[in-house]
Amino acid sequence: MRQASDAPAGMASDRASIASRSVRLPGWLGRHWGTVLFIGPFLLYVLVFLLLPALRLLAQALIDPHGLTLRYIAELAQPQTVQAFSNSIVLSAVSAAVGLVFGGLAAYFILHPKAPKGLRSLLTSFSAVAANFAGVPLAFAFIATLGSLGMVTVWLKSLGIDLYASGFNLYSMSGLILVYGYFQIPLMIIVIIPAIEGLRREWREAAESLGARTWVYWRHVGLPILLPSLLSAYLLLFGNSFSAYATPYALTSGNIGLVPIEISNVLSGNVMLEPQAGAALALGMIAVMVVVMLLYALVARRANRWRGR
Amino acid sequence: MALLLIVGLYFALPLFATGVFSFWEGGDRYGLSAYASLVRQSEMWNSLWLSLRLALETIALSLVVLVPAVFWMHLRAPRMKPLFDFISVLPFVVPPIVLVAGLTALFHGPDWFVGTPNYLVVPYVILALPYTYRALDVGMRALDLRTLTEASHSLGAGWGTFLLRVLVPNLASALAGAALLTIAIVMGEFTFANVLLFNTFAVYINYVGQTSATEAAALTLLSFVITWLAMLGVLLSGRGKGQAQLGGAH
Repeated sequence: MRQASDAPAGMASDRASIASRSVRLPGWLGRHWGTVLFIGPFLLYVLVFLLLPALRLLAQALIDPHGLTLRYIAELAQPQTVQAFSNSIVLSAVSAAVGLVFGGLAAYFILHPKAPKGLRSLLTSFSAVAANFAGVPLAFAFIATLGSLGMVTVWLKSLGIDLYASGFNLYSMSGLILVYGYFQIPLMIIVIIPAIEGLRREWREAAESLGARTWVYWRHVGLPILLPSLLSAYLLLFGNSFSAYATPYALTSGNIGLVPIEISNVLSGNVMLEPQAGAALALGMIAVMVVVMLLYALVARRANRWRGR
Repeated sequence: MALLLIVGLYFALPLFATGVFSFWEGGDRYGLSAYASLVRQSEMWNSLWLSLRLALETIALSLVVLVPAVFWMHLRAPRMKPLFDFISVLPFVVPPIVLVAGLTALFHGPDWFVGTPNYLVVPYVILALPYTYRALDVGMRALDLRTLTEASHSLGAGWGTFLLRVLVPNLASALAGAALLTIAIVMGEFTFANVLLFNTFAVYINYVGQTSATEAAALTLLSFVITWLAMLGVLLSGRGKGQAQLGGAH
């Protein structure tokens, strides 16, 4: 479609030429036809398939045959659900801490100028894979390693160490923490590397020239600068662990009390909770995630202050 | 340094153990029987192909919905960026297990769609949204969209032609990265498929794990290799990223 009169260069004329090519629509729609046509479907999709289901859960949890009620939310105080929430929170907090410490240290060491050259790319590419490996395959990999007939278990037994007799159980909370580390640590590495790179060497050298030793440097310079990034990374890991479903399910077949597992139990009709209670559970989970993401947004903004300085 | 070794061991051992276990044939024998048996199972190939197909459909739908939106946002509606950024984080607030609860409560039909595995594409697009949006956002930021659009319009291209023949080719590396990430996500996705009772690859691995541990180990290794190849692809496609070349009229 060519314009009979080629308008001079510039956005105004460009807009005019495009407008005169398209069908004239009245008022707001006519002025914002582009937004509606291009962005509309996306917003509609998110609205229908993400927001609406969440709202439906909200409605389901708050409405019973007689009208608005807080009954189902009150049912969350049942010992079973309280246990699930506490388990989930503890598991998330501890596995996030494990990821924070080990991932942070690993990231720090590979960024150290004295580290071997290829180590960094090896670790970052492996981290990308491991962070995505979570779920069913990860659970089975650990069963093959540390399950009751796993390779390491058998090997330790041949050395005289009976792992399971001394109280270890892969299918318990401590086992889950161990398994979660497999995707928490890589996620931490991926997330914290930019922050550690932001720690300029000049600051370290300046501190040392003023007589600060390693510990003093970290206490007064390094850690305070890193703190927002560490916090935001921790929150990310917490949220990641809290919403994990596939890994604990594949590992324990839904036997351990975690919030996502409880929700799926309700969905498959396995449990004595009514569907509305499941919706209340889901709401509780959303509430936790909202808090985590809000805190994350707040802290991340502070963390970004030190980047690119 | 010792720490790195411990961490390395922690990551290498489960993979190694899985590999060794997948070759175990009982007692002291080792061989490829687990793999051979898997290859013969048609459900394995069906589930693998289903997951792959779903991944491709998810990529297609994601791009159809996202490319125009991100493009227009960059070109004409930059004030909508905070909204877009917020939306791209929403899937983390509504975790998969919650979303599937909401979806099943909300949509009961039409049966010809909801009953088929293709229904999974709907939540998968949401699941992949944070990653696909980010890839497209970064990719488009590197382009000079104004010049591209003006140039193609002055040559007489309509919006459709522009999107298909100008924008998409210039976004090739961002699209490749988004596509590969989506493949990794969909191939490993378990929550939706399990609750909705569809036989995707991850669901199949879980099912096999109930009956035959060695075969499950073999599938686990395969899943790892697939993820690794996808990530490799993402890394390589991101390497050649640069400013789009607005070729002159030579």
